Amino acid sequence: MDIPYTVKPRPDTGLYNAKVGIWLFLASEVMLFGAFFSSYILLRVGAPDGFWPDVATAWPHGLLNIPIGTFNTAVLIISSVTVLLAWASLKEGNLPKFKKFMAATILCALGFLAIKSYEYNEKFTHYVIRLKDGTAVTGHLDIDGKSPRFWSLATVEAKKLESIKVHVDVPNQFRYPVGFKHGPPAEAEAKEGGHGAGEHAAREIKTADIALLQAFIPKTGTFFAIYFTMTFLHGLHVLGGAIVMAYIAFVGDGMWKTDPERYTNRIEVAGLFWHFVDLVWIFLFPVVYLL
Amino acid sequence: MSDPTHSGAAEAHDHGHGHDHAGHNKIYFVIGAALLVGTIVTVLARYWEFNSVALTVAVALLIASIKAFLVAGYFMHLLSEKKMIYLILATTAAFLVGMVGLILWSDADLPRGSTNKIHYVP
Repeated sequence: MDIPYTVKPRPDTGLYNAKVGIWLFLASEVMLFGAFFSSYILLRVGAPDGFWPDVATAWPHGLLNIPIGTFNTAVLIISSVTVLLAWASLKEGNLPKFKKFMAATILCALGFLAIKSYEYNEKFTHYVIRLKDGTAVTGHLDIDGKSPRFWSLATVEAKKLESIKVHVDVPNQFRYPVGFKHGPPAEAEAKEGGHGAGEHAAREIKTADIALLQAFIPKTGTFFAIYFTMTFLHGLHVLGGAIVMAYIAFVGDGMWKTDPERYTNRIEVAGLFWHFVDLVWIFLFPVVYLL
Repeated sequence: MSDPTHSGAAEAHDHGHGHDHAGHNKIYFVIGAALLVGTIVTVLARYWEFNSVALTVAVALLIASIKAFLVAGYFMHLLSEKKMIYLILATTAAFLVGMVGLILWSDADLPRGSTNKIHYVP
């Protein structure tokens, strides 16, 4: 049985069916991401800035790598251009050129995921430590020269470590929320340790003094919960898009010989999805990295 | 591409439209470059800072919206689509505004004398 309107436009819509289909799917995706962005706004607006009064509910700043995030944004934008060039190559009837641009697109997608994984790992080895005297620092642990993943105070106690070495973060401009150009009020500054001139080097912290030691994982607090949820969901879309595009371009390319128009339409539909993934990141990048 | 006579292999093996494609590809490069510049401006805007939370957020979202318009309008060809697609998107926009609006409405429901935003209160 032939599937109708894979190439010819349906008289009432004026479009081939897959195009209506992908736009309906993207409409549902808008609602999905819209719900997450709404959650983000609620959490963001309701949370006090920094790690106060509570690590779990407050909204820390400056803990994501902005240059890497910017680079990853560029990677995704470039992949959006290459997928268009791939589609345009098919329109010219140039299959080898199409495959080159599809390969470039898929490489960009994998590059994006590799960079995102690196960023995730950076967070899994990055810690907030709150001391019993009320001060807090962020930084990397130094256990035999490297910072382990996913440790907690329970891990330190289980290993019977009397103290741990911590490379305290050098605070950057983004440590402060928007609108606090000159940093937080002095009282908060005093409570958030690690800002003094001599404190950037390694610091030995006694286990008995620690109230909380936590790697940056979803359960750390609302910021990381929404950061990991949204970027992981977006990452799944990148992965899904890459798999589908790789399949169409390098496994299902036999259709180019039997039904070139339908094949070209498949690429157009995959491209529409891919641009949507780019579009989500355009909003996701500033809200989680910059604001 | 939404034009049915302009899509598919009727044209796929037709090299006569080479100039047309070159023109399209040029637009894609220009928009791609504009998106890269927009990304850098977004980051720079955060470095500059405006000493105003509202202004910083507004600038970041304005640039993001312009970039979104370029992607949707040129990459997804929404500037020249069929009515059906616009209908789908208009419906989605209405539901999205309703959903986001209703969710954020809860933020207005605060007890008298309390504030929903605390800046650095230890």
